[in-house]
Amino acid sequence: MNENLQKIVVPLTAIVLFLAIWELIVQVNGWPNYVMASPSDLPEAYAKYWKLFFTMGWQTLWRTVLGLLIAVVVGTLLGMIMGFSRIARDGLYPLLVGFNAIPKATLVPVLALLFIGQHDFNTVLMAFLISFFPIAVSVGIGLSTLEPEYRDILRALGASKFTVFWKIALPKTLPEFFGALKVAVTLAFIGTNLVEIVSPHGRGLGALFKSGETNGDYPLMFAVLIALAALGIVLYYAVVALEKIFAGWAERPAH
Amino acid sequence: MKSFLDIKGVHHAYKTRNGPLPVLEGLDLEVPKGEFCAVVGPSGCGKSTLTRLVSGLMRPDRGAVVLDGQEVSSPRKTVGMAFQNPVMLEWRSIIENVILPLEIVAPRMPRAEREARAEELLSMVGLKGFENKRPSELSGGMRQRASLCRAIVHRPDVLIMDEPFGALDNFTREDLWQTMRDLRAAEPFTCVLITHDLRESVFLGDQVVVLTGRPAKTQYVLDVDLPADRTIDVLYEPKAVEMLHLLRDQIRIAQGRDGEMH
Ligand SMILES: Nc1ncnc2c1ncn2[C@@H]1O[C@H](COP(=O)(O)OP(=O)(O)OP(=O)(O)O)[C@@H](O)[C@H]1O
Ligand SMILES: [Mg+2]
Repeated sequence: MNENLQKIVVPLTAIVLFLAIWELIVQVNGWPNYVMASPSDLPEAYAKYWKLFFTMGWQTLWRTVLGLLIAVVVGTLLGMIMGFSRIARDGLYPLLVGFNAIPKATLVPVLALLFIGQHDFNTVLMAFLISFFPIAVSVGIGLSTLEPEYRDILRALGASKFTVFWKIALPKTLPEFFGALKVAVTLAFIGTNLVEIVSPHGRGLGALFKSGETNGDYPLMFAVLIALAALGIVLYYAVVALEKIFAGWAERPAH
Repeated sequence: MKSFLDIKGVHHAYKTRNGPLPVLEGLDLEVPKGEFCAVVGPSGCGKSTLTRLVSGLMRPDRGAVVLDGQEVSSPRKTVGMAFQNPVMLEWRSIIENVILPLEIVAPRMPRAEREARAEELLSMVGLKGFENKRPSELSGGMRQRASLCRAIVHRPDVLIMDEPFGALDNFTREDLWQTMRDLRAAEPFTCVLITHDLRESVFLGDQVVVLTGRPAKTQYVLDVDLPADRTIDVLYEPKAVEMLHLLRDQIRIAQGRDGEMH
């Protein structure tokens, strides 16, 4: 089979198969909608609420992406600090690990109280808080494990620390950075939805899910879940595409 | 002749958890301009430390490293460095790797000029046609050739090499010795080569310096009076064989095992 065709056909078949099995299980068990909606109920939900899906989907998307962007900037800065200074590493690491260990759901009410009414801000903040950790760690480890020779080929010419970072350390850590970004994008997405579901500001796909629940519109809830999965896939593969562009060199030809 | 690189009574110790570790203790070295100095010594005696001092990456605790009449206190744009690991940047093509030092040393040099310079060197070491390949597409020997090009692309006046051929097989290594000889014939530069291969030191060196075990100082200096345009065959001539024996004995002494032989 053609390789490109295979890349499309195989995952599509998997998705169709998944939906078919889902439908089958619901039908065989004769579950009513309030137990579990089946895929055949979903088109109706999408047809009825498609406008909402677009506006809410957009809300979720931009907050996630913005939170992730902030996480990239802050995470990279933290990583740089930890990568270049041993003292900073020893000091910051336990703090970061501790912060990362806090279940983020507990932060939702904290943030809601801290910044009352700032729904957009809170959501973006949560997306950022939940996702910067893997970025900071990967950049920090990437920089601190840079082989001295890599530094020395430029340092021996009198290059500044910044030049060494820009020309050597940064590009060399890109593969690890994108590995972390793939984790971070999923986390940021979870963070956004967490706030959207828990805090009652009625925006985003999370809020749409919540409204499905309060109105007993079970097909809508499942339709939102599928939409979330789709959006998550889009975000993830956007990162993969960026990785191909900026760190494609790390991919060794298969032998 | 006045020496270009002059190392006088250099002392250096590393700070370790168990206190200072003296690595160099009164090391002397003199290399006239354009000459090739090969340095041999027991493993771990401080040879890489010496390269870091000459390149200005570190300063000695005591003593002085003088290059071209100036004391080396920090890195300078006129050195070239090559290591055992070719240290190719995987995200750059071969030619972009070779150009790298020019980006630091001559940031205003036009791109076309940089490329022409890199191409010239790459074709001299037999890498014509590989300019746009990725480092991972080249063999270890080819990568080391490219690494040599990068080390001299900015026409340094001194090239410092730390066991650059150490990881290569014998045939590739001998090939690279000849490449090295040809490069120096084309554009002369002063060389300091750290090696653990005595044949290499005799083939390439104008002088071979034997260091003692750690803490290292100069134990013996051998003048290699062989013709400049040597071929590998020269190593099998009685004169060279004699030098190799002599160096072998010196290394044994440096390792503190001279008694074993008697
Ligand atoms: N940054 C450092 N901190 C502490 N000790 C060091 C450091 N670098 C090297 N040493 C020690 O100094 C000694 C000399 O090291 P150096 O690398 O200069 O030796 P070398 O002659 O190049 O060894 P080799 O033949 O194995 O390449 C070694 O015992 C090493 O453990
Ligand atoms: Mg060494």
